Amino acid sequence: MKLINFDHISANPILPEVKEAMIEAINNDYHNPSSQHRAGEQAAAAIEQARQSVAKLINAAASKEIVFTSGGTESVNHAIKGAALANSEKGKHIVTSNIEHNAVIRSLRRLKSAGFRVTSLAVDKTGRVDPHDISEAITDETILVSIMHSNNETGTIQPIEEISRITRQKKVIFHTDAVDSVGVVPIDVQKLGVDLLSMAANTFYGPSGVGGLYIRRGTRVFPLLDGGVQENNKRAGTENLIGIIAMGKAADIAERDLAARLAHLKRLKDKFIDELPDYIDEYIINTHAPYSLPNLVSISIKYIEGESVLLMLDDDGFAISTRSACATGSLRASHVLLSLGLSHADAQGTLVLSFGMDNTEADVTALLESLKKVVTTLREISPLYKI
Amino acid sequence: MYNKTVMDHFRNPRNVGVIENADGIGEVGNPLCGDMMTIYLKVNADRIADIKFQTFGCGSAIAVSSMLTEIAAGKTIAEAKKITNKDVAAALEGLPKNKLHCSNLGADALHMAIQDYEDRKAGITRAEPRRKDEHVHTHGEKCYCPYCDIELTENATFCDACQSSLKEEH
Repeated sequence: MKLINFDHISANPILPEVKEAMIEAINNDYHNPSSQHRAGEQAAAAIEQARQSVAKLINAAASKEIVFTSGGTESVNHAIKGAALANSEKGKHIVTSNIEHNAVIRSLRRLKSAGFRVTSLAVDKTGRVDPHDISEAITDETILVSIMHSNNETGTIQPIEEISRITRQKKVIFHTDAVDSVGVVPIDVQKLGVDLLSMAANTFYGPSGVGGLYIRRGTRVFPLLDGGVQENNKRAGTENLIGIIAMGKAADIAERDLAARLAHLKRLKDKFIDELPDYIDEYIINTHAPYSLPNLVSISIKYIEGESVLLMLDDDGFAISTRSACATGSLRASHVLLSLGLSHADAQGTLVLSFGMDNTEADVTALLESLKKVVTTLREISPLYKI
Repeated sequence: MYNKTVMDHFRNPRNVGVIENADGIGEVGNPLCGDMMTIYLKVNADRIADIKFQTFGCGSAIAVSSMLTEIAAGKTIAEAKKITNKDVAAALEGLPKNKLHCSNLGADALHMAIQDYEDRKAGITRAEPRRKDEHVHTHGEKCYCPYCDIELTENATFCDACQSSLKEEH
């Protein structure tokens, strides 16, 4: 039985048109883009075309500002470590938030062990950072602010434009982790005012294993990988040509279809949230409109634990994600959910449902019906649930 | 992730529920991950005549509770006292390494319920069921880093292998 995917935040299917582009790229037997002969030049031209597509998707001023990477995690590591190391004579202080992805948190932890200082800001109950707090946290020593565009567990979108007004005025580099946003919501780096922006191709139905980092012209960032002069000297190593071509194709389609995607995803999400009270009671919605991704909803269902729900829904043919401590390798409650003020018990019952273009309204109804059954079964077992 | 036996006990848990006027109640909680398990006993002629459980937790925690009640049912109190976490995990034909702590919850709850039963018999009464809140070892007797899974000393506050700072529970 094929699972109906309500876990698009973990993986999106590759679009048929993108698959075709990949197969064509494989069959083209591209040479090394760094080679100076004609075969190399053809490969370099294919990369440049993809670079322009990605630049256009986020409205970068020049394609040169896009560096292809191996995905969101590399982009984030590159942005944070590269900016920190390139600007450490100016200072060693970095400002971030408490709800960042582990790629950010652990990159910063690594920098801390190398003598950098990090201020991590709390968020309000809706999961948003107060730009005023950022303004307060920035000192003469501050070289970088890193705040995610949207959160992968709650879908909350941060006030990036307001933050960039502050970072620009104070002349501090601003990185945003937009891995879950690019291709889902309109992203315009000119409007956002960021200097560095991380993205991943799979978010917009490209393959995993390829991503991009936007580096605004004039932003000092060291490479993460040293070696050859690929990617305008910003990322060494022979390029992942098939992946890059696929990302370019996926970016073209994302730009073309963005409005339709937004409408479809929002319809599914609204349907789920609007109809949920007809199926279950006693839950908390951790996703706060209007500042949230159109494709993601986080709910904490009281008295039950998320992994149990995940396993039972799996049996019923649905793939979902949970932020229960039981389902993480570390067995700890999610730092994001605790930051929102959730109790450990409520965090345990947290499900992340993320919709995609392959979902229909009938899928959502089927999920709601199955969810009701599963919640009832698990509450009958739970000592916390009193009828 | 889980084997067939675990999945069977998770999907079809045995002995779910509450025993009214139970002779012993054991309730354990794991503050680290928030799981909770309650065991109810009915004892007749020093033998466990009935046993039921309620569990708030993951698939593993539910399967452990179910298996535990199957093992304990019909045993004498002396026999039931000897049931260990390992017995439950073995009867389930193994649990994933990071889920072994769930099996600790099971035997702890049973032993606490037996203690409660014996206390009541001895005339010691409590307003609340006995509850155990401490939970230091998350991976059985030894300590492991929750981030990279390397073995640690009991009072480690920092994992050198992955450069993570640690809380008390690991």
